Amino acid sequence: MKLFAIRGGIHPEYRKELASDKAITALPMPQRLRILLHQHIGAPARLLVAAGERVLKGQMIAQGQGPVSAPAHAPTSGYIESVSEVTAPHASGLAQTAVVLVPDGKEEWAPLPTPLADPLTAEPQLIRDLVAQAGIVGMGGAAFPSVVKLHLGTQRKLEMLVLNGAECEPYLTCDDRVMREHPDEVIDGARIMAHALGAPLVIIGIEDNKPEALEAMTREAAAFPEVQVRPVPVQYPMGSERHLVQALTGRETPAAKLTADIGAVVHNVATAQAIHHAVRFGRPLIERVVTVSGRAVREPRNILAPIGAPVTALIDFCGGLVGVPARLVQGGPMMGQPLPSLDVPVIKGTSGILALNAEETGEAEAGPCIRCGTCVAICPCGLVPLEMAAFIRTDNLDGANNLGVTECLSCGSCSWACPSHIPLVQYFNYAKGMLKTKERDRTKHERTKTLTEAHRDRLERAAAAKAAAAAAKATTKGTPPAARQPRAEEPAEA
Amino acid sequence: MMIETATTSAPYTHSAASVQKTMTTVILALVPATAFNLYLFGWPAVFLFAVTVGACAAMEGLALLISGRRLMPTLGDGSAVLTGWLLAMTLPPWAPWWTGLLGAVFAILLGKQIFGGLGQNLFNPAMVARVALLVSFPVAMTSWVAPHPLFWTGTPGFLEALAITFGGQIPDGYSAATALGLVKTGLSMGQTVSQSVGQLPDLMDMGLGLRAGSLGETSALLILAGGLFLIWKKVITWHVPAAMLGTLFVAATLGHLANPERFTDGTFQILSGAAFLGAFFIATDYVTSPVSKTGQLIFGFGVGLLTWIIRSFAGYPEGVAFAVLLMNSLTPIIDQYTRPRRFGRTRRGEPLAPQGDK
Repeated sequence: MKLFAIRGGIHPEYRKELASDKAITALPMPQRLRILLHQHIGAPARLLVAAGERVLKGQMIAQGQGPVSAPAHAPTSGYIESVSEVTAPHASGLAQTAVVLVPDGKEEWAPLPTPLADPLTAEPQLIRDLVAQAGIVGMGGAAFPSVVKLHLGTQRKLEMLVLNGAECEPYLTCDDRVMREHPDEVIDGARIMAHALGAPLVIIGIEDNKPEALEAMTREAAAFPEVQVRPVPVQYPMGSERHLVQALTGRETPAAKLTADIGAVVHNVATAQAIHHAVRFGRPLIERVVTVSGRAVREPRNILAPIGAPVTALIDFCGGLVGVPARLVQGGPMMGQPLPSLDVPVIKGTSGILALNAEETGEAEAGPCIRCGTCVAICPCGLVPLEMAAFIRTDNLDGANNLGVTECLSCGSCSWACPSHIPLVQYFNYAKGMLKTKERDRTKHERTKTLTEAHRDRLERAAAAKAAAAAAKATTKGTPPAARQPRAEEPAEA
Repeated sequence: MMIETATTSAPYTHSAASVQKTMTTVILALVPATAFNLYLFGWPAVFLFAVTVGACAAMEGLALLISGRRLMPTLGDGSAVLTGWLLAMTLPPWAPWWTGLLGAVFAILLGKQIFGGLGQNLFNPAMVARVALLVSFPVAMTSWVAPHPLFWTGTPGFLEALAITFGGQIPDGYSAATALGLVKTGLSMGQTVSQSVGQLPDLMDMGLGLRAGSLGETSALLILAGGLFLIWKKVITWHVPAAMLGTLFVAATLGHLANPERFTDGTFQILSGAAFLGAFFIATDYVTSPVSKTGQLIFGFGVGLLTWIIRSFAGYPEGVAFAVLLMNSLTPIIDQYTRPRRFGRTRRGEPLAPQGDK
């Protein structure tokens, strides 16, 4: 089975050994869970419960609204203490609405949706309904509602489901552990997804620094001829959808298109496991595996944590911190979010909680660009970071746009490698934000313009019609024009 | 607990690379060739080297003070020392002290700081200084000596060397011509190339560096070793040196085949003058050369070709410095036309057509 080269990429220190041999352990139920209403990309969910109410495990407490959204469920039974604003696990440190749930320790399940008896032959819409109800979002970190991606097969002819088991972010081992400990559930979830997508083939790409996961998954896949497990080279950012598809198939996703447009839909392995649970047992997404790691953590491990659990509880479960960390990160060190504090809840997209010491972050003051070209050589998207940064520095956003700054993945490779420690990704994120705002303003302006013009046209037409009618009345009194009947042989539309 | 809560964006990890480390590695790679040549040309070379490097560091400090910037970390990044080091290597080994000092003014103040400091200059500062000195003070800049290793009989001692460097007088009997100079003079006097080359050390000695030439450029072998070290350390890639030396070699070989009495051969061309030093240490300067590999191949090709043209047809026997400066001026345009192909797009920037199976 041939693999294809991807451009650029880097080899950061992976440091997966800190947690990779730690089996997934369940977090003891914390005293309080704070379940955010907005844990996904898209519209926030709409609250269904009120303070004082008792909820059961798996009960929907907020409903998805709009085409891109996902519901939230109670991770355990207990009482709603309040609906309040809590610090979200986001760089801004801004507050977001959360349901505060005090567990009652009874673990009493709510009635769940009826699972499918045989999902592999079921009507795809039934699978999608269960996935939507279960509130599953992409668990690799992006948290895109999974059901939206399962619809892609309805509009396109798909050839394959690519399962992303690359886990290319340093430190993170949650996907590795899921594949090692539950390969049967991951592969079953993948087959269910492939069926829902109408894709005849499943290719599971796993970076070859995870031999145990490769072995477990290969063994489990042996029974299914349509499922292939393939090692991919350790090369960050192999976990980027487009790059993983390119490495596995040699196909390059055209700009402004989706991988689905070249026949492949990509889902994360943990998402597949969640889909297995949703479709086979009707279980919503109420917990996830989180890697807690970094040298500032006493005992790094992989924790099965209920959604809404305080990050402090996870850290405590790891024996606490060693000294004051230089950085707290949610997700991996390359693309993760800085955490404003430890007092934030776990959300569906929390793949990792990292407490990094100063030596690990290697932060230093930024110096001038020496044009070494490293960023150009390693950019997996073929961009020229140093030139884009030069434009952004002088606030020439159009210049940066022409060089393709909006196609930057923010993978962090250039910042990581820059000998001058220039925070290139930060420049690009700023530019992308500004360009998006500008574009939104422009579309809004154009829309207003079109509407105004249409309105004026309509008024003019009405006035003209009125005038014509008045004129006709004046000239041809009493003889209405004969209505012209279309002849049978005439096509309806010329 | 107080935790760093700055809202800068990812990544939160960094490679071990730093500007200082890069500069240090380049300097380390220059050490063998420098040490050998300082030994080969004796105390006057040692003094000139010290003056040049010291003056460049001092000029950098002065510029930072004048413009009200902090001395550190800029002075500590090693770039000024490296510029001084490279400049010293291209000076005649017994040149007077003021060439080093004036060279530092040209290199650091006019070649680098006036553009805004490290990374902002269009031209290689060491080459700016060398060419400025060469056209301003042609005599001092073309007074070559034969190798006079330290501690040999007949070699200037410490005090005599002080007089040479700081008194500005090279005693009679030491001077010699460089290989390129000899050929150029020979041609102007109606001699054929083979007649001139006959008077030179053999190729082996040329490669080892046992010949007249600039302070640090004569030992092609040790410079090659330093260059390979840089490639191994991934500070530079093979593109610029291979393209430059390859082009120079091929151009010279073609010329030699066409007219052996007029043009020296390829081996002679790459082993003489600053060809190796230029290929591995000067044309590879990050700041003034293109960033993409394709761009670097074009750049190296240009430097090689221009070097041969200048050496063969222009008034000066040596052409590396001029060739590098000329190509430096083309770097921005080369960069513009050699950007990588963007993911999902054609070279021209159009989105790719969706591929079916492949």
